[in-house]
Amino acid sequence: MDCYFDHVATNPMREEVLEAMMPYFREEYGNPLSIYPLGMNARQAIEKAREQVAGLINAKPNEIIFTSSGAEANNFALRGVALARQYEGKHVIVTRMEHHSILNSARFLEKLGFTVTYLTPDRQGYIEPEAVRKAITDETVLISMIHASPEVGTIEPVKEIAEIARERKISFHTDAVVSTGNIPVDVKEMGVDLMSLAAHQFYGPKGAGALYVKEGQRIIPLIFGGIQEGGRRAGTENVPAIVGMGKAAELTISELDGRIEHVRRLRDRLKDGIMKVPNVHFTGHPEKRLPGHASFCVEFIEGESMLMMLAAKGIYVASGSACTSKALKASPVLLSMGIPSHVAHGSVVFTFGAGNTDEQVDYTLEEFPQIIQRLRELSPFTEGWGDMEEGESCIPKK
Amino acid sequence: MYSKEVMDHFMNPRNVGEIPDADGIGVEGNPTCGDVMKLFIKVKDEKIEDIKFQTFGCGAAIAVSSMITEMAKGKTLDEAEKITKQDVSDKLGGLPPQKMHCSNLGADALKKAIEDYRKKHGG
Repeated sequence: MDCYFDHVATNPMREEVLEAMMPYFREEYGNPLSIYPLGMNARQAIEKAREQVAGLINAKPNEIIFTSSGAEANNFALRGVALARQYEGKHVIVTRMEHHSILNSARFLEKLGFTVTYLTPDRQGYIEPEAVRKAITDETVLISMIHASPEVGTIEPVKEIAEIARERKISFHTDAVVSTGNIPVDVKEMGVDLMSLAAHQFYGPKGAGALYVKEGQRIIPLIFGGIQEGGRRAGTENVPAIVGMGKAAELTISELDGRIEHVRRLRDRLKDGIMKVPNVHFTGHPEKRLPGHASFCVEFIEGESMLMMLAAKGIYVASGSACTSKALKASPVLLSMGIPSHVAHGSVVFTFGAGNTDEQVDYTLEEFPQIIQRLRELSPFTEGWGDMEEGESCIPKK
Repeated sequence: MYSKEVMDHFMNPRNVGEIPDADGIGVEGNPTCGDVMKLFIKVKDEKIEDIKFQTFGCGAAIAVSSMITEMAKGKTLDEAEKITKQDVSDKLGGLPPQKMHCSNLGADALKKAIEDYRKKHGG
């Protein structure tokens, strides 16, 4: 049985989305800047998609800038706003829960002379609004915080922090790539100035993202060139992908409630089953979390070997283990939450989607505990970690 | 990403477990980095008569552990000592470059187990 439980990595595109996109690959191939009918059709298709995406997050269409991805939107927000406001101050606040596209943009800003504060979450991956308030200085021009964590599912108090930012006239960006399509996301209700989205996270195509930029928010382009996207993002538009993103947004608006209920029920069943296995820790916030997200650290075994054995059974999941990453470092998010690296190596993340079923959960609850047991039989650690928690050089006790 | 041999040794590891009355034990790696290998050897007439392993680690680490036990079994201590990381990797049909250092602990653990035996047995 094939069980795809890695919806935080990407989602299968909806049939309706593909159908909406198809004409724009060949028949309607016009450049949206051209003034003859072929171009105007493409222009209209993009503007319709802009309305659909705006509708999903309760924004105005002119506040949506299409990008190639969520990562581009994050780069654009961080670099674009920091540079636009650098003469007011050169301090930026981000958190250690952020995606690499935020963290590496922040490091780039440091090279340009900005000071960046990296806020540390609590053990559940939650950032207290008070911590943000304390980090603000007279130099702060931008705060960026992830809406929901792909690794541990925790939903951050974005609304409260947006309010703090507004009081101090600081621009506030949230990375809502993982949350959009999984929970309601409303820019007015949340009070954010900028927000990143990626279409493939809500059953749209890859290669399409967007940055919400509130009317009046100053931002410098990441890509200079022509007048596309109001001169804020140059390059001939990826018309089919943008159309697909619009369609996916429209479907999400009408289906979201049902999707949430479905994935929450499956997630809770899986969580209850897996937590019966000894020495397994549930990571992230128990309540303030994405409905279809279950993350664990399984002690005494390592994530990549878990993933490989699960994959051999047709079960596809993610891990924050060092060995599954090209960087060969345990997940910085898990470490920043205070989870020791030897435990973080046993990280495994299940994320549910519309296509998952109860049968898949039953099958996984049968297979996964056996895999844990099998890998633990291979492990030199059985009941504890011995003296190894004390430092890098220690070796396991029997 | 992994060769057929690595997958085979990962899915069906050989010589798993511990030897309660082992003549030598070697431990290599550290759990902070994500890979720890423990090797147990039983020695008779300067030959490795039996060998078992326990490993905490990724797919490569488990495959390397399994492979080194197969390579060392039946060899004299002098021969076994000469097995290199490269030998193990070659036998496994190659390892991804990023796994060559952190997960290829077999040869080092085996040397430590042999050293441990020699220390205990005045060799």
